[in-house]
Amino acid sequence: MITFMNNSDSEEEPCNERTSLMSAESPPVPSYQDGLQASEAGEAQAHRKRRAGSSRSPNNIAGGEMSGSGVPVRESVLENEEEELTLKYGAKHVIMLFVPVTLCMIVVVATIKSVRFYTEKNGQLIYTPFSEDTPSVGQRLLNSVLNTIVMISVIIVMTVFLVLLYKYRCYKFIHGWLILSSLMLLFLFTYIYLGEVLKTYNVAMDYPTLFIVIWNFGAVGMICIHWKGPLQLQQAYLIMISALMALVFIKYLPEWSAWVILGAISIYDLMAVLCPKGPLRMLVETAQERNEPIFPALIYSSAMMWTVGMAKPDTAARGPSQQTWDAAEDGREHLRSPSHAESQMSETRSPVPTTRPVTALEELEEEERGVKLGLGDFIFYSVLVGKAAATASGDWNTTLACFVAILIGLCLTLLLLAVFKKALPALPISITFGLIFYFSTDNLVRPFMDTLASHQLYI
Amino acid sequence: PAFGLFIFTIARDPLRIIILIAGAFFWLVSLLLSSLIWFIAVKASDPQNEQLQKGLLIFGVMFSVLLQEAFRFLYYKLLRKAIEGLVALSEDGCSPISIQQMAYVAGVGFGLMSGAFSMINLLADALGPGTVGIHGDSQLYFLTSAFMTMVLIFLHTFWGILFFHGCEHRRWWEIAAVVVMHLTVSGLSFCNPLYVGSLVPSYLLMAAVAAWAYLLSGGSAQNLRRFLLCKC
Repeated sequence: MITFMNNSDSEEEPCNERTSLMSAESPPVPSYQDGLQASEAGEAQAHRKRRAGSSRSPNNIAGGEMSGSGVPVRESVLENEEEELTLKYGAKHVIMLFVPVTLCMIVVVATIKSVRFYTEKNGQLIYTPFSEDTPSVGQRLLNSVLNTIVMISVIIVMTVFLVLLYKYRCYKFIHGWLILSSLMLLFLFTYIYLGEVLKTYNVAMDYPTLFIVIWNFGAVGMICIHWKGPLQLQQAYLIMISALMALVFIKYLPEWSAWVILGAISIYDLMAVLCPKGPLRMLVETAQERNEPIFPALIYSSAMMWTVGMAKPDTAARGPSQQTWDAAEDGREHLRSPSHAESQMSETRSPVPTTRPVTALEELEEEERGVKLGLGDFIFYSVLVGKAAATASGDWNTTLACFVAILIGLCLTLLLLAVFKKALPALPISITFGLIFYFSTDNLVRPFMDTLASHQLYI
Repeated sequence: PAFGLFIFTIARDPLRIIILIAGAFFWLVSLLLSSLIWFIAVKASDPQNEQLQKGLLIFGVMFSVLLQEAFRFLYYKLLRKAIEGLVALSEDGCSPISIQQMAYVAGVGFGLMSGAFSMINLLADALGPGTVGIHGDSQLYFLTSAFMTMVLIFLHTFWGILFFHGCEHRRWWEIAAVVVMHLTVSGLSFCNPLYVGSLVPSYLLMAAVAAWAYLLSGGSAQNLRRFLLCKC
């Protein structure tokens, strides 16, 4: 997944919200385009979906938003400042991403640990047709690899489809798709989740109350994600849907397939973002060319400034991510399609507009551009940590180790983003670290720590 | 208490949080390597021989301590480079965070990670039903574990400060002192379950190291008095 700002690489979204880190710069309002040549360039970079944009061009973009007259002058001044500010505020942006990722992981781990439903095996998704209940190890490995191939090809097809839609400006279709998938995600998954949580804690709730609660939750969510809403609420909703999606993945992906899929997805992410013909990269570039924000529903943005001009492109952006997953899938298991849709959605961007630094003209307090991270990234990080919590016998040690590994990977990715100033894939480094740490902690550290603890030795 | 340290002193500044997580990461890597060594040693040896296993365990612990200190040194090197980068980036030519603060945060990072790894499974089990020490082990298992973990976290923090100070001023004896102390504390924990042998000296050691680190960081008896009397 690409972390990046603004560009809508929502294609990947359905399943994998590719975590691309994008610079959070939102495309400047067209009216300011002229004066913002510099910022555009910066934005283009920011828009790369995949890249995690540190608040780099915020100044430029923000400047663009501001009053037009002083813009060109400010532009150049701002550019220099931006460079410094980018790195200076780098730490702040890292933290701005740490917090939501941590929250998402905490939600997923807490649910896994307490609610039994998500660790029971109740069948598999249509996207992983091969079962893993085979007698021999070789057969199981083969099946998981085949599952991975199926899943990845589905993701590729969806992503390409989304990019094509975006290229040919079928915004309505993309919009409708995204709306439909977020609808299903918000209502259906929340209903199931709530049901399971209530069952676990043996709390009774009558249907009318349930209906009202879910209806409110879903309606507010739809408004927040696809239209306007307070930033915190929007972020909270995006975190929640990522967590729900991750939970669905954890439940329905068989063991070995899950790990192989995680590895394959990070490789795919790497290629899709960095190769010149990669779909995500094309998506980001197209969005940047058109100076449109990437679909808000697919990307998480750490900061946002709503401007009137931004509203429209944002809504357009939101559409695509959902489209990736077909409502047609509905026919099958309910859970299947929504999950996919979810992933697509997650991939899409979070609110596109990133806060733009206020230009000197306004003499307002500086807002930094936030960094954008694709929702798919959230989902896969949480899947990794959730699987570690669910299946590792070393329990909390392994979970903690994976958590730290993922955070460090995110740090490094953001650092690279600051250095390269392009959309970057956020998945590979973190997932690699996470996988390494998971397997090594589970097999090597756990016996060591257990023996130490039983003798009460301390190192 | 360690968590309180985190909230009050580290959570405000994002740079410190990053340094903390990186410190935890380094500790984790050192743990990984040391358990790898131990694992190989165990697999290569006879699983039935109790004495041998115990000996291997002790060897593993010592090796792990040495590796931790080695990684602390590596982390110090990394932070030095990072400070140069930060200075270059900042507008007024001085680093937003000093090396002492980094030392403190790094120490807390190490400590938190080691404490977490020591305690968290214990805590999870403590939530469930059961009786402590039913097989003739000590009944104070949880309490002593908690205290031992706390003292270890604090010690890591102080050792971090001492270690970095020693590296900065090229006083090798300070670094050696840190390593020796770490080995001592781990060795003392071998006395468990004879708790008086491990807990008490550890706390005394911690008090001594705390005073040493405090003096190194520029504190003095005067400052302490003023602080305690709230004179400000």
